[in-house]
Amino acid sequence: MDNLSLLMDGFGAVLTPQNLLFACIGVLLGTFVGVLPGIGPAMAVALLLPVTYGLDPIGAFIMFAGIYYGGMYGGSTTSILLNTPGESASVMTALEGNLMARAGRASQALATAAIGSFIAGTIGTLLVVFFAPALASVAVEIGAPSYFALMVLAMIMVTSVLGGSPLRGFIALFLGLTIGLVGLDLNTGQPRLSFDQPLLADRIDVVVVAVGIFALGEALWVAAHLRRSPLHVIPVGRPWMDRADLRRSWGPWLRGTAYGFPFGALPAGGAEIPTFLSYLTEKRIAKRKGVDEFGKGAIEGVAGPEAANNASAAGTFVPLLALGLPVTATSAVMLAALQGYGIEPGPGLMTDQPELVWALLASLLIGNALLLVLNLPLAPVWAKLLRIPRPQLYAGILFFAALGAYAANLQAFDLFLLVLLGLLGLAMRRFGLPVLPLILGVILGPLMEFRLREAMAISGGEVAGLWSEPLAVVIYVVVALAVIAPLVLRRVRPAPAAVAEDLDIPAVEEEKVR
Amino acid sequence: MRHRRTTRAIATAVALGSALVLATGCGVTRGDESRDLTMLIPNSPGGGYDQTGRAAVAVMENGDITGGSFEVTNVIGAGGSVAMTRLMNAKGDERTLMTAGLGVVGSLYSFGAPYALDDATPLAQLIEDQEGVLVPADSPFQTIDDLVEAWQEDPDSVVVGGGSSPGGPDHLFPMQLASAVDVDPRELRYVPYDGGGPLTSALLGDKIDVGFSGVGEFEGQLSSGELRLLAVSGEERLKGEGISDAPTLTEAGIDLVFTNWRGVFAPPGISEERRDELIAMLEEMHDTPEWQQALEDNGWIDEFKTGDDFAQFLREQDERVATTLEDLELL
Repeated sequence: MDNLSLLMDGFGAVLTPQNLLFACIGVLLGTFVGVLPGIGPAMAVALLLPVTYGLDPIGAFIMFAGIYYGGMYGGSTTSILLNTPGESASVMTALEGNLMARAGRASQALATAAIGSFIAGTIGTLLVVFFAPALASVAVEIGAPSYFALMVLAMIMVTSVLGGSPLRGFIALFLGLTIGLVGLDLNTGQPRLSFDQPLLADRIDVVVVAVGIFALGEALWVAAHLRRSPLHVIPVGRPWMDRADLRRSWGPWLRGTAYGFPFGALPAGGAEIPTFLSYLTEKRIAKRKGVDEFGKGAIEGVAGPEAANNASAAGTFVPLLALGLPVTATSAVMLAALQGYGIEPGPGLMTDQPELVWALLASLLIGNALLLVLNLPLAPVWAKLLRIPRPQLYAGILFFAALGAYAANLQAFDLFLLVLLGLLGLAMRRFGLPVLPLILGVILGPLMEFRLREAMAISGGEVAGLWSEPLAVVIYVVVALAVIAPLVLRRVRPAPAAVAEDLDIPAVEEEKVR
Repeated sequence: MRHRRTTRAIATAVALGSALVLATGCGVTRGDESRDLTMLIPNSPGGGYDQTGRAAVAVMENGDITGGSFEVTNVIGAGGSVAMTRLMNAKGDERTLMTAGLGVVGSLYSFGAPYALDDATPLAQLIEDQEGVLVPADSPFQTIDDLVEAWQEDPDSVVVGGGSSPGGPDHLFPMQLASAVDVDPRELRYVPYDGGGPLTSALLGDKIDVGFSGVGEFEGQLSSGELRLLAVSGEERLKGEGISDAPTLTEAGIDLVFTNWRGVFAPPGISEERRDELIAMLEEMHDTPEWQQALEDNGWIDEFKTGDDFAQFLREQDERVATTLEDLELL
């Protein structure tokens, strides 16, 4: 446990009253900037980074750690309250989180997100402490074929969120895949579905799609029914989580962490797939237990993805510190920050500058803990935001949705896209198409295509290249079992009626809630 | 895609940051406002054009060379074509500049833009960046000759990768290298990666055999010996541990000098006097010690050309990119 004593030395260097003050300021700044819609953690960190310049390295680290966790958490706050996710990793949090908020359980959603982030972040950082060098060398061995296999697995899983009508679900999924196709083909440089618009050649940002379909589509839907539907007042909920909430959250927190960390540690893992897998797992488990509140605001649907997101973020420190590889937007900003503090991430980092690395890891743990201390009491305060009367609230959401979509690229063209997608979102609600498969199509489609093309380019077009890695083979076996097992089972014993009405569609459920 | 999101994040951050600065009234305006200039950057903050453009702007502002201040605007989109369109539309505007380079030349072709860089008013080339040929430490290729031999035997047997999509510098370089050693570039097995990070991990994991990219991003892996540099693309060797041993292509007997370059342009249709005035400003900037320091800090090579020399160079570059892309049947 040599690493443990080194970590303790790190704590010793970091824990001074002045540094704790820096950490508090960092957390608050990070939260307030991250809370602006359309601003994910990467932007929050990039925006606030200059604040830490001029401090000594240790002071800068700890403030930076605070900003980083604050920014992450701030992003979840807007996803939950306003349904405007700032990055693709918070899309899953927004789904159930916003439903909870509208059912008067915003405080609980925010609290489970905060505690889940804390637990996942702490476990993740500790795993980095003990296993980073070992994991990093294994992680680079995993290449395009394995990633593609993972995408196939994810696509198979998508079919379980298609909703009550598979036809509608597939329509939504293919709409999403089509939107994901727009833009320049990375391998040949040919524009696809871009209608000679140079701005479309850059692909449509997932944030614009999510904000358009979720926030704008919803606001238009509400506006269209404003006169006919009775005024729905968001109930005033209890400010804190109760014992039942805790009991339902801890499982998802740990399972989310288990999904998130390995994906974060992979050079091309990211947070999208683990948050999605966590969401689905929780949904299945809830169904099995017979307390399926998914589609009405299930706390498990916030706790799991949120933990997966944070564990994945902690996992990205593995390639970042051990190899000097930034693998997500946030970690690329972080790499720039570390270089600014005189740390040169790379293979020699752990041995060359151990005191800085351990101080950084200690700072991350402290920042994470402070986030919880400062933000848990704030959850009921944020939740009050939803008490604003509905017309004003939706006007505010529209304003912030537009701001978020514009902020992603600084292109007025994105506002046009936003309106278009908002109308699509309205039409989908009108015709009962589930929105989740569409968003997943937009996120997964390009990732899947990119990995397939990379694997095929490396193998020179040989299809056998797709199962050239052991991990890929293992995943395909899992996929085969997942597809075949239910078919066989169904044949052996006839399915009970419950199987037929599979998972519910959030969009349709929302109507019932209202 | 990740890389793009990053830079976009920074773009927003910078934009919001500058908005904050404006809002708090800390904006600095120096001298005569009629001498203020706009610098267009064709990609996001943090990217190559941004670094070069902003470094030049900082030196000019600090030395009060233009007599006014600069507004730096990142016009993101279509590999620089969007910014180029804006520059072309600003015909006759004597107060707008744009930073551009080799990547934009390729993008203008890929996106089918109806104009080339030398249709604007070329002012000066500021810097040059070298590309490198990189292999993992345990690669059988010890020298660039080993790679060339393998290519000549069977181009399809070597998987090469680069950090840019077709038309970008990391793609053009291996294609031109292949042509220079009488290998049909169409036969190459090129895998595009989304920037230097993913390319590094593909090299470290032995997913590809050879990587082509700017040398600067790989200094850590080169000095630790995890990656090996077979050759550099410029006229002179570069400095650094694990880097200075790599020969130039010419030293290795291959007739090719390939550099990634960046320079400054004005809109078309500005007056001759104004063009000369702007060139003089850039010359003055180039001669300052601050600029020399910026070159050193960023590892850029000091390759300064102005006016007609630069325009001539551009025409050659444009032709070379067009030929390469035509050979590849990408046009």
